[in-house]
This record gives sequence, C-alpha cells and structure tokens, in this order.
Amino acid sequence: MSDIAGTKPALRWVVHASVLFLVVLWVVPTLGLLISSFRTADQISSSGWWRSLFPSEQNLTLRSAAPETQVLQNGMYVIEGKLFDENQKATISRWGISSRDVTAFVPDEVAELRRGGTITVSADGDYRMENAEEFTGKRGVRIFVTAELPSEFTFDNYHKVLLDQSSTDSMGKAFFNTLTVTIPATIIPILVAAFAAYALAWMDFPGRALLIAAVVGLLVVPLQLALIPLLKFHLSIGIGKGYLGVWLAHTGFGMPLAIYLLRNYMAGLPRDLIENARVDGATEFQIFTKLILPLSFPALASFAIFQFLWTWNDLLVAKVFLIDATGQTTVMTNRIVELLGTRGGNWEILATAAFVSIFVPLVVFFAMQKYLVRGLLAGSVK
Amino acid sequence: MTPALQGLLTIVIGVSGCVGYFYFSNQFLDKVLFPPRGPNAGRNINRANVIRPWLFLFPALAALGLYLAYPVVETMRLSLTERVPGGGYKWVGLDNYIQMAAEPKFWEAMRNNMFWLIVVPAMSTAFGLLVAQLTDRIRWGNFAKSLIFMPMAISFVGASVIWKLVYDARPAEQDQIGILNALYIFFGGTDPQTWLTIPFWNSFFLMIVLVWIQTGFAMVILSAALRGIPEETIEAAILDGANPFQIFFKIKVPQIKTTILVVWTTITITVLKVFDIVFAMTNGQWETQVLANYMYDKLFRANDWGVGSASAMIIMLLVAPILVWNVRNARKEME
Repeated sequence: MSDIAGTKPALRWVVHASVLFLVVLWVVPTLGLLISSFRTADQISSSGWWRSLFPSEQNLTLRSAAPETQVLQNGMYVIEGKLFDENQKATISRWGISSRDVTAFVPDEVAELRRGGTITVSADGDYRMENAEEFTGKRGVRIFVTAELPSEFTFDNYHKVLLDQSSTDSMGKAFFNTLTVTIPATIIPILVAAFAAYALAWMDFPGRALLIAAVVGLLVVPLQLALIPLLKFHLSIGIGKGYLGVWLAHTGFGMPLAIYLLRNYMAGLPRDLIENARVDGATEFQIFTKLILPLSFPALASFAIFQFLWTWNDLLVAKVFLIDATGQTTVMTNRIVELLGTRGGNWEILATAAFVSIFVPLVVFFAMQKYLVRGLLAGSVK
Repeated sequence: MTPALQGLLTIVIGVSGCVGYFYFSNQFLDKVLFPPRGPNAGRNINRANVIRPWLFLFPALAALGLYLAYPVVETMRLSLTERVPGGGYKWVGLDNYIQMAAEPKFWEAMRNNMFWLIVVPAMSTAFGLLVAQLTDRIRWGNFAKSLIFMPMAISFVGASVIWKLVYDARPAEQDQIGILNALYIFFGGTDPQTWLTIPFWNSFFLMIVLVWIQTGFAMVILSAALRGIPEETIEAAILDGANPFQIFFKIKVPQIKTTILVVWTTITITVLKVFDIVFAMTNGQWETQVLANYMYDKLFRANDWGVGSASAMIIMLLVAPILVWNVRNARKEME
C-alpha cells in the first residue's frame, strides 16, 4: 500500500529530498569532527573543514633559500629551489614579492628584486633567482603565492593522541581505563539480572507483581540521587574511589533496565517448553541454565549493548566513584572534558581525542544495531 | 596490580561468584535444607519452592535496594540536615530548601530546565515521527534511519565536542571554521556570533545537541509503531479520498498516541538527568545552568551536601509523576 509515495511523483520527490536533507543535517556535525581529526592544526584554524574536501586556493607567504646557498653559473649568481615539497602537488596561479601586491605576477614571469637581481617562479613552485652580483643578507626573499593546494590529510594527530607516551594529551591510558571500567560493568549485571528476571517471569511467589512494579519504578529514578549516599557508603566500607566502586555502581544502576528487559523477554517464551521441562523432572536451576539462558540470547545481547554504550559513554558515575585526585584512573570522557578546558582551541587534539572515544561505540552500534533496536522496542515502558 | 588485570580478575571472580552462589545455594536448598526424600518429601518440595524464588532474586534485590532505593531515602534525609564541622549531621528542617530558593542560580536552572523539558521532548518526538513517516516507504529508508540513529551511540561528551566545532566562532576578518557561523556569514550575517554566550538563546543551542541525539530513539520506536498500524484503516481512508496529510494526522497519529506519549516521557526523563552536555559545553555559564549541573556544582564544588541533596530531591520530584504513571501502566498491562 503506497499511500504517500507512488501515486504522486511530485510528492515522492519531496519525500526523497526531505529525507536526504535530514540525513545530511544529522551527519554533517560528526563528519566535520572526523575530517578535522585528520587535518593539521594550521589547516584547521585557517579554513573550514568542508574546504578540505576539495583542492583549495590559498594565499601563502613562503621564503626562498638563504643567500648562502647561491652558486656561480656562467658568471651569474644563482639561487634555485622549490617552494613546495616533492609530494605537495600545488599549482601557483599568481605570485608576488611585495606584501602590497601579492598577485603582481603570473607564473614564469620575471620580477626585478628590490635589492638587485631577478626572480622567476614557475607554476609548480620551482623558482630561480639570478644576480650579476653576489646576493647578500642572511635570509632569503619573501615570495607571496596564490596557489591551489590539493586536500591533504594526516594521521599525525592520532599518532600523537594514542601513542605518544610523553605527551600530556595522551588518550592511550584513558582508553584502557575506560575498557577496564566497561567490561566487568557490562558482564556482571547481566548474570545477576538474568536469574532475577527468570524468577519474576516464571516462578510463582507472593509479592511478585509488587516487585515488578518496583522495578518499573526504579527504572526512572535519577541516578543523581544516588551519588552522595553511595559515595558515603563506599568510603565507609573501605572501597573508596576506584574500579571496584564504579563496577558496583554501574551494576546497581543498570539493574532495573536489565531485569525489565530480560523479564519481558523471558515471560514471552512459550509456556509449554518450561512446563514440559518441569514435568520431565528438570530442576529450576537446570531449566534456567539449559533452556532459558540460550533462548534469551537476543534480550541478553540487547541489554549488553545498552550497558556497554552507557558505561563507555558515562562521565558522571566515573567522576564520582572512580576518578581520584591522582588522576591515574581517568576515563576518556573525563579526559576530553579536561582537554576542552585546557586545550579549548586546539581542535586537532580535541577532535582526535573525541573520535578515539567515539570510535568503539560506533563500531558496536553499526555491528549490532539489530539488537539495539530490539532492546529499545522492548525497553520503553508501554 | 595493573587495573586491566584487576578488571579481568573481577570478571572471573564476579562471574564465578554469581554462578557459584546460584548453584550452591540451590544445591543447599535441595540437598541439605529440604531434601525431597524421606517422610516429609512432599512438604519439603513445597517449602523449597517457596524459598527458591528469593534465592534467584536476592543478589538483584540487594543491588536494587542498596544502589537505588536506599539512596532515595538517604538523599531525602541529607536534604533535611547539614554537615557540622568535625563530622556528624544536624537536623535543619527545610533550611536547605529555603536557602536554595533564595539563590538566583537555582531559579535560573529551574527556568532553563522547564525550557529543556518542553523543547527537547517535543522536537525529538516531532523529528522522530517525521523521519519515521518519511522513511517508511522509500528504498533507502533503513540506511537513512541508521544514520539518523547513529548519534545514540555517541557519548554526550563526544557530542559536545562535535557541536562545539559547529558553534565555533573566529574573529570577523578570519575564515570561519564553525559551520554555523560560515553559513551565517554566507547568508548575509556580518559579525560572527559566539552562539554559546548569547543569554537565553544559548540554552537552545545546547538543547539542539540533545535533540540531535534523542531523535534516533524516537524514530526507532515510532517507526515500529507506524508499521504496526492495521493496513485496513489506511486503505479505508484512501478509498474515502483522504489525502496523505489527512491519513497521517487523522488516521496514523491517533492510532500511535500511546507510543508517542511513551517516547515523550522517556525523553523527558533523559532531559531531567542531562548533565554532561551543559557540563562540557558551558558549565552553566552565560545563564545556561540546569538542575543536574547545579546539583553537581553544589555537591562537588561547593561541597554543600545539604543543598545538593535538596536539588536532587527536586529532580526526583519532577520525575515522580512519570514514575507513578509508568508503574500504573505496567500493572495494568500485567492484569
């Protein structure tokens, strides 16, 4: 049934165009940061990232080689060189030798130098200075060029942010810290919640409905309320700030969603299956481990992705329960906030650091989107 | 011990601890406490079955109780007390709330939060519904949805960096590197704007970040709901000569009203807890304070647990109606 598209071609085009527009709107911000992370600091601050996708015309101030490199050729003093690196494929359109008129000459034109001699610059950046007398002075002459430069990208930022141990911008350690927080905080709540979910779905006992209602209620309790009481509790039992504390906290905070998702899924499993197993003499423990757990895999995967994304992306819980004054246990989100404070203008570091932290969740997201969607559909309270 | 090793050890201990607990407690129940043998076999089986659910539930209930239920009560208590120098607490009644109500920053946070509560759920749901409807019938719809859904995977902090680049401003004579200012100049603006420091409107620029993240969520849920609408109702409408807009607003939307409400309330909860975005982008400066960040300021910068807890209770209070509504719906569904 094609109610909107199909019958009216004009409307169909509007639909396609609007979707395209929305998609572009949604993707562009991320794309900007991704592209910026492959540009040098100079490139980022001199032109918008969208320009880097195409060869761009830029005004550059360059300098010829110093007079000490001059050689005597056929009675003329000559300085020769290249304005660009071998691998830089720039094309010069105009050039000049005075800051007042930077576009005075076209390539291969000959210009008179103010201090005697001539200079000519070709389109590919080769230049040649000639003088009957010796060139003097310490520095070469300034050459202003208007050139079309191809887009250029570099992995240097990633190298610096990930591998440079001495660098204060290093994210390597924070990356492993985040991983250390995330994995136990994802696995342990699943196991604990699965047993409880089974009891709530398939065992009969007084107060069951009340407990389910309580879980639904706790689902929306803001974790902000838990910060001080739990920090006090952790300090009083000697856990203090550290990994154990943050694992426990994430386990607790993830529990309502875990129980809710898993219970809903398990309650939907066919009754006959479980009854038959009971009749055949299987114990509840056997039914759970041999039957329910394998069958509940989709729900387990859904929750695992939620919990993984949530713990990986978390800032607040880590700040309160993990990161102490030494800063040894900092996680990536916290590092990025620190960088925003101290390196607010250094977009090459910021963009790269942010992308290092975004990369893993994005991979998980695209690889397991199916389970994420399924979990969302099951998890939103109906 | 390196944290990585500690983490691995925790996984092993945690997992084997859980498995061990469940296995051995069940064994204990069946073999030692109430063995299904001897003269009382029948009674023992029944007794074991009364206790077993609680064995399964115990660790989860302990975690829920300690990490979510107890803190609500404790925060309430803390909000009515004050720390006295040298340790201990003093009962101060509603003093913390009165002190908080006298602070302009608190009212600024309240005002901003109200805007957040209106704008973000409304825009996310509207965009989500729009995308869900538009992508429903086109061939590359799933691809488009996947891209709009993507920000869900990005942390609030990462999103903050992404959008800070969008909002970046350079002096007028330089090339703009923030795309918003570049567009603003392109369409005739003269002075580049520092978007995040314009009072009142800057809050909306922060809200856009959350709308950008939450739209994907709304879209996924609403898209499923749209597909669940019985075809006959739409066919009947077409036969009656309804145009596409009438079909959408008069036939489809009324049928997914409940789902829209669910999406709306879920995003509302997220909004109330929003902390990272404000913390990372403006830290509440330039009149962008929100409750969650205000609370963080009080708790961990001013070290004022009393007022901090009081503001946490305000968040709880705002969540409470949704909590009650959810619980009621869940109970209705189970009956």
